[in-house]
Amino acid sequence: MSNGYQKSVSKGVDWLTVWLYASLVGIGILCIFMVEYNPATFSAESFFQGKTNYSKQILFSGICLVAATFITLSDSKLYPAFANLLYVFGIVLMLSVFAIGKDINGSKSWIPLGGGFNLQPAELCKIFAALALSKYLSQLNMDFTKLQSQVIAVAIAMLPAMLSVLQHETGLALAYLSFFIVMYREGLPGIILIIGFSFGALVVATLLMEKNTLAVILTLVAGFLVFMFRRQIFVRKRWGLLILIASVWFVCVGIQRFAVPYIFDNVFECYQSQRIYSAVGKEYDCSKNKHALEAEAITGKTAAKPDDYNVRQSKIAIGSGGFLGKGFLKGTQTRGKYVPEQHTDFIFTSLGEAFGFIGSFVFLAIYFILLFRIVQLAERQRSSFSRVYAYCVASILFFHITVNVCMTVGLFPVIGIPLPLVSYGGSSLLTFTIMIFILIRLDADRQMVLR
Amino acid sequence: MPVYNQSRSRIIQIIFILVFLLIILQLLNLQIFSKEYKLQAENNAVYRKVIYPDRGVVYDRHGKAILENTVMWDLLVTPSEIKGTDTAALCDILGIDTAEFRKKIITAIIKNSRYKPGMFEPLINDEVYARLNENMYKFPGFNIVERPVRAYPFHAAAHVLGYLGEVDSNFLKRHAGEGYEQGDYAGMNGLERGYEKVLMGQRGIKRFIRDNKSRIQGPFNNGNFDTAAIAGRNLHSSLDIDLQLLAEKLLQHKIGSAVAIDPKTGGVLAMATSPGYDPAMLTGSQRRKNFGRLILDTARPLLNRAIKGQYPPGSTFKPIDALVALDEGLITPSYGYPCGGAYYSCGRPVKCTEHWSGHSKDLRTAIAWSCNSYFSQVFRMIVDNKKYANTRMGYLQWKKYMNAFGLGVDLDIDLPGEDDGNIPDTSGYNRDFGGPRWNSCNIVTLGIGQDRMLVTPLQMANAMCIIANKGYYYTPHFVDSIEHETIADTQFLGKYREKREALTHISDSSYNAVQLGMHDVATFGTAARVKIEGIDICAKTGTAQNPHGKNHSLFVAFAPRENPKIAICVVVENAGYGATWAAPIASLMMEKYLKDSISSARLPEVERISEANLIPDAIKNWYRKQDSLKLVRQLQLQKINADSAPAIQNNLETIKPVTFDPEAEPNRKDNDDKDSVRIKLKPAMQNPEDKKNRKPN
Repeated sequence: MSNGYQKSVSKGVDWLTVWLYASLVGIGILCIFMVEYNPATFSAESFFQGKTNYSKQILFSGICLVAATFITLSDSKLYPAFANLLYVFGIVLMLSVFAIGKDINGSKSWIPLGGGFNLQPAELCKIFAALALSKYLSQLNMDFTKLQSQVIAVAIAMLPAMLSVLQHETGLALAYLSFFIVMYREGLPGIILIIGFSFGALVVATLLMEKNTLAVILTLVAGFLVFMFRRQIFVRKRWGLLILIASVWFVCVGIQRFAVPYIFDNVFECYQSQRIYSAVGKEYDCSKNKHALEAEAITGKTAAKPDDYNVRQSKIAIGSGGFLGKGFLKGTQTRGKYVPEQHTDFIFTSLGEAFGFIGSFVFLAIYFILLFRIVQLAERQRSSFSRVYAYCVASILFFHITVNVCMTVGLFPVIGIPLPLVSYGGSSLLTFTIMIFILIRLDADRQMVLR
Repeated sequence: MPVYNQSRSRIIQIIFILVFLLIILQLLNLQIFSKEYKLQAENNAVYRKVIYPDRGVVYDRHGKAILENTVMWDLLVTPSEIKGTDTAALCDILGIDTAEFRKKIITAIIKNSRYKPGMFEPLINDEVYARLNENMYKFPGFNIVERPVRAYPFHAAAHVLGYLGEVDSNFLKRHAGEGYEQGDYAGMNGLERGYEKVLMGQRGIKRFIRDNKSRIQGPFNNGNFDTAAIAGRNLHSSLDIDLQLLAEKLLQHKIGSAVAIDPKTGGVLAMATSPGYDPAMLTGSQRRKNFGRLILDTARPLLNRAIKGQYPPGSTFKPIDALVALDEGLITPSYGYPCGGAYYSCGRPVKCTEHWSGHSKDLRTAIAWSCNSYFSQVFRMIVDNKKYANTRMGYLQWKKYMNAFGLGVDLDIDLPGEDDGNIPDTSGYNRDFGGPRWNSCNIVTLGIGQDRMLVTPLQMANAMCIIANKGYYYTPHFVDSIEHETIADTQFLGKYREKREALTHISDSSYNAVQLGMHDVATFGTAARVKIEGIDICAKTGTAQNPHGKNHSLFVAFAPRENPKIAICVVVENAGYGATWAAPIASLMMEKYLKDSISSARLPEVERISEANLIPDAIKNWYRKQDSLKLVRQLQLQKINADSAPAIQNNLETIKPVTFDPEAEPNRKDNDDKDSVRIKLKPAMQNPEDKKNRKPN
């Protein structure tokens, strides 16, 4: 009887995803161990005493195992049913942070749970937002081509992001942008993605190029477009097109000449501007920054110039790994603690140093297979709730991996977001575990139609 | 709708692929194509530590270590860990106050950062170390590390052994590629310098992993790339440390030098110079202070007068003159010259101390009584030799002989900084006499070791070796053998093992004649008092006039006459007759060396000589002024707050100009040139007439 019961529980579970998940958690513990290993104090017991980060991570993964088991045993109808309620609960949690929050590393986004453990609601809220978005988009009478439903969907995704920004967790807030990938899949006009990418390209170009050169180039592009469409504009008298090109040109030049410098100098903190500049290989002059000048006026001394020390050290650590790497526990940069925050945001560096290009490639391949497997799972769902939810999981994972790895290899500004399943941290690990196992649960019941 | 959703799924997948490709490309760039990160990682995290080997030990001829290594201690501090240190107790042990404690901590932070151990107190001696070690538990953040330093068990032979000094940028430039780094110590003088390459050994390098705060984490790569330090090799020297100690004792409170050489090997048995210093003064924590004091001392204790002191040889030169004349066939041992108290052949008379007739009836008696007239005549005969075209050619022939005797050339002893002495060239005389118009009378006092002739004590001792050996010598040297001798060492030492038959063409009978004369000097002649029971000594006294004041007292000798074992030269500056001071010093040294001990009858003599203070008054005055200045300074420090302070300040100013007072210090050169060696004085330009107005003995 019990045998038959177990069989029914595990029936339909996608074991490939489970194995990929397990291997990533294992790699994570290994990496944290590499970062913290010190031959002087190391003993076999230190794995279980809960004093070191890797033993804590082992403990977290144990908790995650329990959570995963519960989710696998649960009824998949639960999730669409409670989606909206959970979302409200998540928002309440995030709001409560403003009252009882604890300040860790400058971001007031943690709820102390006692015993040295803290919960970050913004992290957890990603699941609730994913569920709520799936619920909304899978409604029977849903017509996602309508502007109203698009706006509501965006609002569901962006509300937690807003709260997160208010808690000074910009990195986590950015993670909510990944929901746009889901919405695109479900019918959000492609033009929005194109505009988004174009905007990003324009900002990067602004940082890289001399502003007059860029303005000239933009003008030439506009002129070229007018020339290309001259027949439509001047012969067929479609003046609207001309106005469109002109206004786009105007907005672009405005962004490039005024908006970007203004935001960098007056909205961003000095270190933020500096990080973004350094990601494109430039130096930002903090004496132009409003916040830096204000701080200077208060403290009376020039603020210490933030430098790209962590990215530089991160690149050195990864770069010195070479093709085959230096070997397990032989990474000099890791042993010397040259990379700051190496057990959390910069965990990838320890792997890159110890196992080189080969190791990094295999590691990224695991992520890549996981992502494609989730997309594959999404496309085979009969119920749109499951499909949208699967895309949410894929998008969030993708966003985290991309931003985190790009940050460590110097392709993206430093943003404090963890590498899923690998970085040290209970909140993050638990969130991604719940997220993935809800998907596995839903996928196991893919024959059912969930509303 | 499903159709375009399907295509959008594809687009999303393509975005995934592109982003991952981008990351892989960047990884390729970082990890495979760019090499700079590997290098930076190495610079970051690998700490190269140079391991200094023990320097080689120097032994004397009996195998006693005279220069070895000992351990002193450095107290290091790691400023970030000193919380809870009992500062008061530490200050008490080290004898500093809390202000200085703070200063030292700050210096350590500036030099080595908070997290790395930095120097707090270098070179702690045994006593302080013992007290510190007992109390170390009170001083977290402090630790004691060993540091090898040089030790001198006999506290002797400072000038021979030399000292170590921190290398400067010039040194580094000269020795580029030999592995020296800023802050290293290298031999700066004496054997330490001469044999630096042998003594220093080979440095080892250890590589450590260090963390972001430069703390050592452990060996890099399990020490597989480390190279071990190889200890410096030991030197076996010819020095006899007991003889050296005796020489230094006898010379104390005097200015002068004594050199003793084994004529059979050329090995230097003793080389003392006075005033000297305890070599241990230039190791340890007081090194800088002591060095400053020594270098400013007007008596120049750092100067090795045995190889850098240049003196007119005076009468000690006469046997050499005789040998030249005999070899040229100008005189025979029975040649006599009628001297009645002065040499009158050259206008102004050259005076002679002996007046009785017969003191120069032949060569032997002339040497025994050191007749000035006789040797003035002999010198003129050499220079005016009919064999050569003119006086200048004759002079050049004489000069050739002198150089063969090792005078006027450097002997290439294995100590750095040896001086040549001076055997003047004809060009100098040509210039001073307005062309080649000078004759033998103009330079006649060269024959009695005066005029412009200058020699070092080492050169005279070596000349004695040549006379003792009847023509040959070995280049004087200290190092007989090097431990584990390499081919390069053998080549280097080869020149000290080669018999130099410079003057073997002079017949044995000539040598015998001169030796007999010198033997008479030590039996009944000018230095009859030097007699040692049972040993035939050949000797010659010298009383050299010099432009610095009282005559220098010189003495050269070798013994025994048959099968000579020691050749010696002693110079005591401004001490009068050669027989008074230099001779007994040499005699005692010879007795010590040949008989292993000094007979009890002569022990009081040792005390008498060692206690005699023959330092010229000018230098004594200088010391007195220094002492009183110090006293004033101390007084001023004590009364710094008192009203009388300005008065003392005035006092100080009136006393201060102590630089040089020619009247008080006849021993110093008129142009007070600090770089010149005080003793290396060529006589100021003089007229030939003036020169004759001398009164050598």
